[in-house]
Amino acid sequence: MRNIRAVAANTFREAVRDRVLFNLVFFALLMMAAAILVGQISIGIEKDVIISLGLTAISVIGILIAVFLGVALVSKEMDKRTLYALLAKPVHRWEFLLGKFFGLVMTLTVNTAAMAAGLYAALWSVKHPLAPTDIYILVAVYLILLKLAIIVALALLFSCFTSPFLAILFTTGLYVAGLFAADLRTIQTIQMDPATLRLMQGISYLLPNFQNFNVMAAVVHAQGIPASLVWNATAYALLYSALVLVTAAVVFSRRNLK
Amino acid sequence: MAQAAIEIENLSKEYPYGFLHLKKKKSLEHLSMRVEDGEVFGFLGPNGAGKSTTIKLLMRLIFPSSGSARILGKSIDNVSMHGSVGYLPEQPYFYDYLTAYEVLDYFARFHGLAVSDRRERVAAMLKKVGLDTAKKIQLRKYSKGMLQRVGLAQAILHDPQVVVLDEPMSGLDPLGRREVRDIILELKREGRTVLFSTHILSDAEMLCDRVGVIVGGKLRGVGAPGELVDMKPQGMEILFEMPEERPNLLLLAKAAKTGNRFRVQLPDAELYRALDQLKSANAHILSVAQIKPTLEEFFMNLVEADRAQANAVDVSGK
Amino acid sequence: MNRRAILGALFIVFLAAGFVCVWKLQAKIDQERSAMQLEREDLALRSPGVMKTLSLEYAPLMAALYWTRVVQYYGLKHQMHDQHLDLLWPLLDITTTLDPHLIVAYRFGSTFLSDAPPRGAGKPDQAVALLERGMQANPDYWRFYQDLGNVYYFDKKDYLKASEAFEAGGKFPGTPPFLKIMAAKIAAEGESLETSYALWTNIYQTTADKNVRKNAEEHLRLVKAEMDLRELNRLADEYEKKTRRRAASINDLVVTGLLPGQPRDPDGFAYVIGESGKAEIHAKSPLREDWLRERK
Repeated sequence: MRNIRAVAANTFREAVRDRVLFNLVFFALLMMAAAILVGQISIGIEKDVIISLGLTAISVIGILIAVFLGVALVSKEMDKRTLYALLAKPVHRWEFLLGKFFGLVMTLTVNTAAMAAGLYAALWSVKHPLAPTDIYILVAVYLILLKLAIIVALALLFSCFTSPFLAILFTTGLYVAGLFAADLRTIQTIQMDPATLRLMQGISYLLPNFQNFNVMAAVVHAQGIPASLVWNATAYALLYSALVLVTAAVVFSRRNLK
Repeated sequence: MAQAAIEIENLSKEYPYGFLHLKKKKSLEHLSMRVEDGEVFGFLGPNGAGKSTTIKLLMRLIFPSSGSARILGKSIDNVSMHGSVGYLPEQPYFYDYLTAYEVLDYFARFHGLAVSDRRERVAAMLKKVGLDTAKKIQLRKYSKGMLQRVGLAQAILHDPQVVVLDEPMSGLDPLGRREVRDIILELKREGRTVLFSTHILSDAEMLCDRVGVIVGGKLRGVGAPGELVDMKPQGMEILFEMPEERPNLLLLAKAAKTGNRFRVQLPDAELYRALDQLKSANAHILSVAQIKPTLEEFFMNLVEADRAQANAVDVSGK
Repeated sequence: MNRRAILGALFIVFLAAGFVCVWKLQAKIDQERSAMQLEREDLALRSPGVMKTLSLEYAPLMAALYWTRVVQYYGLKHQMHDQHLDLLWPLLDITTTLDPHLIVAYRFGSTFLSDAPPRGAGKPDQAVALLERGMQANPDYWRFYQDLGNVYYFDKKDYLKASEAFEAGGKFPGTPPFLKIMAAKIAAEGESLETSYALWTNIYQTTADKNVRKNAEEHLRLVKAEMDLRELNRLADEYEKKTRRRAASINDLVVTGLLPGQPRDPDGFAYVIGESGKAEIHAKSPLREDWLRERK
């Protein structure tokens, strides 16, 4: 445990010192611009725009960080050989991986929380006081964070056995595929033999179903989000990430370092 | 026989390469070796001979194709064993956004040292390697020599019984090399076992109790530096100067010439006759010395032999 | 080595068990989300202009993606027998704005936008708007005129405009004479079962889209049934002329030799004579609902 904690803390420190958190400045500017613009063009749906834009930005920025930093977690240490001294210490390779994972997830949590605060600030400036249903925005942000955790796990897995470029490609590809996973289940094809249909179904369950974490529509329309959905989504993210991380640990444990 | 600090048995490493990874390159073949407790062991070999490969295998950074090894009696598979081993990687590079203090503190955590212990140890190490004043500066601003010192510090921070150093002198200026040598000698005085790899023969001759010479992935010889070479003198060498107007001596034809200086080697029996010849020719004798074989020659012969064998193999088309 | 084999096996088992759990969880989540009607009931961005700007140079790709959503949307609604195709127009609007040359979107769209519920959205004006956009972007594609004619004829019941559309389409070089024939027929007679049958048959034979063909087939069956009913009513009138009373059942017609046997509708159900003395579709036939709807 202490090894994982040490690696996680260092990963977080690295992200801070590498000025990753500067993306928050960009986000803040974006939200401010949106709040001002939307105030000028009174279109009756100011809140909707701020919430949609804010959640989209949180998601997109989060994904960029998760993919690029996620891949760099391992590849940078391998390229720069910083890993060599570390793995010669009494620390298991899987402890190293888990530490890296938690370090980045922690970074993303801080980042996302800050962005959520910015979103609320923009919302308040556009229309105050805030409605009680606005609390659901936090739920939406939490679900986005769950999604980001899965993406980090995937990025980590790929960077354990392919080049950084390919790892980014595969992770992004899986993200896009995961978005359409649900569609694969409801695919309307008139002529498809049952075997292929079952195969498509199977793949649709294997892929990470990222749509599970998308409640933007509900939040924008001030619809409630049932607690059971949040629980299930959390369980899904935990389980899926665990599977990916275990696979990463197995792959990495036998990897010959150059 | 006391337990060896490091025991290597039949360690081999192959790398697949080429299209579809069908061909195999043998970077280490059936290495068997012992490093005794408390000795300084030098691992010698040209670049690509397999020294780094062996060390990385010991540190579980890469995995053997066959064979096994033990450090302090425990298999290299044993992760906790690393608590008693210190390792300095080749051309070390550490997190450049951290200061020396932070790097050492970070590494110290993995050895389970309590916070106060850690602070003490790190401070002591920084002082020992002479980085006390630079400890708050980020590593990205460090010179190569300073990085090497950080590397040494993290290798001995946890008071290890065995210290493994991969090319510890590479890229250092003479002052830096001297410092590293001093540290190694100090480690030996403290009773630790030191295994280090180098291709600088003079360092090995100076520091090591024993050396192992590895060429082309195979161990060619192990022993004290003196043991490895035939100590029989191999003749005499005369260094002399001749003016421009010189007679046509057979001697001169055999000599190596630099400007007006000549260096010639000849068997003992011919020495006095040659000196007479030179005296008659009005040569100015600079020095007369015994030719003692060095580790360097032993080494070079091995490398040549290995290269010849490799070429022979290539030519035969296998 | 043995230890490794055991660990390897354990790993595989763990993965398999894990994915089974993931499967189950996913099914639960799917259920909850569809209960919340989160899926597909909203487009986060409804403005086609914004979508086009956001797509940068990838607009045709985005159009293709939206097109698949159109097909999925229609298919899903059709499967669930849900009559509310509210999102069809916005989806098609975005699709054709992103790629004005996506012909299939216009053709599919015009069919299912204008067709009355439960088969379509019942918005023929939107279909006309869509087709006009298509014609503007693709002036050489004469089939749009045919589609336009179909919309005016079947759903807007504007026979003048329908005839004009077919006429305009027929003017293109290399078009089959079918268009000119239809133009003339509609101009002369307005709506007729023969014309309807001919139009649907043409759609059935020439379309590449499975959904459109299926739709045409369903319409054809109904038209055929109506043609049969018309014939039966004619025979019933003859019967009345001969016997001075309304036929009470199909059997009456058979007995008097007017019919060779019991005729059946395209679904295989026997036609009946209703209480009003008019021919009707059998109560149990799947065609009955459609037929009653058409009559209103």
